[in-house]
Amino acid sequence: MSRSAPLPEPADSEPAGPAPVTVLAAIRRPLRFLGSWWPWRCWAYLGSGFLIGYPVLVVLALLVGLGVVLALVGIGLLLLLGAVVAGVPLGALERWRLRCVEPEPVPDPHTSLAGAGPAAWLRTRLRERATWREFAYAALLGPAFGAAGFAVMTLLAFSLILVATPGIVWAIAPDHVMLIPGRPVSGPLEALGGTAVGLAGTVLAAYAGALLAGAQVKTARLLLGPRTETDRILELTRSRVRLVDAFEAERRRIERDLHDGAQQQLVALSMTLGLAELELRGIPQATGAADLVARGRGEARVALEQLRDLVRGIHPQVLTDHGLAAAVAEVALRHPVPVTVDLDVPRLAEPVEVTAYFTVTEALANAAKHSGASRVAVVGKVEGDRLTLTVTDDGRGGADPGAGAGLAGLADRVAMLKGRLVVSSPVGGPTRLRVEVPCSG
Amino acid sequence: MLRLILAEDSVLLRAGLTELLTRGGHQVLAAVGSAEELVRAVEAQRPDAVVTDVRMPPGFRDEGLRAALELRAQDPSLPVLVLSQYVATAYATQLLTGASAGGLGYLLKDRVGEVAEFLDALRQVAEGRTVIDPEVVRVLLSRQSEDRPLARLTPREREVLTLMASGLNNQALAARLFITEAAVVKHASSIFMKLDLDATEGNRRVLAVLAHLSGQEAEA
Repeated sequence: MSRSAPLPEPADSEPAGPAPVTVLAAIRRPLRFLGSWWPWRCWAYLGSGFLIGYPVLVVLALLVGLGVVLALVGIGLLLLLGAVVAGVPLGALERWRLRCVEPEPVPDPHTSLAGAGPAAWLRTRLRERATWREFAYAALLGPAFGAAGFAVMTLLAFSLILVATPGIVWAIAPDHVMLIPGRPVSGPLEALGGTAVGLAGTVLAAYAGALLAGAQVKTARLLLGPRTETDRILELTRSRVRLVDAFEAERRRIERDLHDGAQQQLVALSMTLGLAELELRGIPQATGAADLVARGRGEARVALEQLRDLVRGIHPQVLTDHGLAAAVAEVALRHPVPVTVDLDVPRLAEPVEVTAYFTVTEALANAAKHSGASRVAVVGKVEGDRLTLTVTDDGRGGADPGAGAGLAGLADRVAMLKGRLVVSSPVGGPTRLRVEVPCSG
Repeated sequence: MLRLILAEDSVLLRAGLTELLTRGGHQVLAAVGSAEELVRAVEAQRPDAVVTDVRMPPGFRDEGLRAALELRAQDPSLPVLVLSQYVATAYATQLLTGASAGGLGYLLKDRVGEVAEFLDALRQVAEGRTVIDPEVVRVLLSRQSEDRPLARLTPREREVLTLMASGLNNQALAARLFITEAAVVKHASSIFMKLDLDATEGNRRVLAVLAHLSGQEAEA
C-alpha cells in the first residue's frame, strides 16, 4: 500500500470557525466553497484514494482468488485469512487519510487484545465485527471509490488542460492544436472558448469531488468507525459479565483457601488440644492444666464455628453439591424469622443458581434486619425456560430498592442474566421481591 | 479394636486423625487422600468401618460422601462415619436416605477435638447405630412449621430426640439429662407415638431422625 499521495495538513487548512465544518456542509455555500481550500482537499483525498484503491484491489483479488483455489491444500485458507486481516491496517490508514476531508476523527473500533503475540491478535481481531467491516470497506475501496475518484480526477485533468489551452496554443504555435478533432485552432484567442469549458469542468470536478468525498466519509464512518450504540453496549455487557465471573471465581478461591487452610488448621489444633486434654486428665496433679486446655479447645471450636459461617456466606458448598432448593432450605433453617420454602426447581445453570440463591439470602437478610416480619415465604418454580422466585414477608414494608446497595447489586446481577427484579414494598407492607431469570443463564 | 480405613485429603488432618484413632486403640489399615483410593482400599482390605471426609479430590465437592454411598450400596452392613465441615442437612439426608443395616454417622469435623465423644461415636457407628452431629440436629429442630409431626414434641422431648440422634443410649441419656432411665423410656415412647412410628420396629431412634430428615427432604 502506497502512502506517497500528498496530503495537506488538515489542522492548518481548516476554515476558521467555532465548529468544524464537514465537506457536505461546506458545499451548501457554493461560492465560498469554491474559494476555499475544500476543492483541493477533496481532490487530494480522491487522488490518493485511487492511488491506494487499485493496488488494494489487485492484492485482495490475488489473495482471495488464490485462497479459494488453494483452499484444499490448506495454504489457501491462510491466504483468505490474510485477505480478511489485511483490512485492519488498511482501515487504520484510511481513518488517518480521512482527516484530510473530515474534521472529526473516526475512532478506532477495535477492542483491546486478549493476550500478547500474533496468535492472540489474530484470535481477537477475527472475532470482532469491526475487522469484517474493514474487510468490506477494503473490497469497496478499489471498484467503487477508486473508480469514482479516478473519474473525477480525469475530469479535473482534462478541465485543467482545457483551461490552459490558450497558453499551450501560444507555446507550440505555429503547429495546429485541435480541441475538437478536425477543427484546428489557429491562435490563443480562439482557444479561450476551451478555457471557459475547462473552467466549467473544474467547477464540476470540485463539486463532484466534494460529493464523492462526502459519500466516502459517510461510508467510512459506517464501516471503519465503532458502531457506537450496539457495540458499546455489547462490550459493556460483556465486561460486566466478565467482572461478575471473575468475582465469583475469586469468592470460590477464597472459600477454598479458607477451607483447605485455616479451617483444617483449626480442626487439627482442636484435635491436638483434645488429645492433650485426655493425657492431662490422666494425671491427678494436672487438672488445672487440663481445664486450661479444655478452655483452649472451646475457643478453637468457637473460632471454627465463626469461620464456618463466614465460609458459607462467601460460597455455600451445598449450593454447588445439591442445588438451589437444598441451599435455600438450609438458609431458611438458620433464619431468625420462620421461613416456609416451596421450591420446585431442578438443577439449573450455575450462574442462575448463584444469582437466585443470593437473591433469596439478600431478601431474607433484609426481612430479618428491617421489616419486623413474623413470617417469610419463599416460593419458586420453573415455567418453560424461566425461573420465577418470590420472597414475601409480612413486615412493615417501605423497602427502597434504590437505597440499599444490596438490592441494587441484585438488580444488576439479575439484569445481566437478562432477567428482572421487581420489588413491591408499600409502606405498611407486605414486602414482595420477585425475580424472573431465563434458566439457560 | 477396630480395623479402619480413613479418607481425608488434608495431609495435616490425615496424620492427626490417624494418630487420634491409633491412640484410641484402633488400627488404621490405610489413610488415603481421595475418594477413588478409598473405594479401592475398602475393596482390598475389608475394614470394620470407614471414616471419610465429604469434600475430596478430584472435584472437591461431595466425592467422599458419594464414595461412602457407593460403598454402602455394595455392602449395606459396612459402618461409615462421615466427617464434614458443613452443618448442611442435605448431606446428612443424602447419607441417611436408604439407611441400611450398618451403622452410619455424620459428624462435624470440630467434633474430633472432643476426643472421647468422637471415639464413642465411632464405636457406636461400628456397632450398627446411627449418630448425627448434635449441631446438625439442633439446626433441624430449631425451626419447624406447625404442620410437621416434630412440632408436636414438647421441648423436653426434642431435647431427648436430639440426644438420641447423637447416638446416646438410654443410660447415657438419663445421665446427661439428670433423669431416670424410666423417664427416658417414657419420653422415647411418647416421641415414637407422636411421630407415628411403629413401636415394634427395629432401630427406632434412627427412624425418628429419619422421619424428620425425610420431612426436610420433602420441603427441599
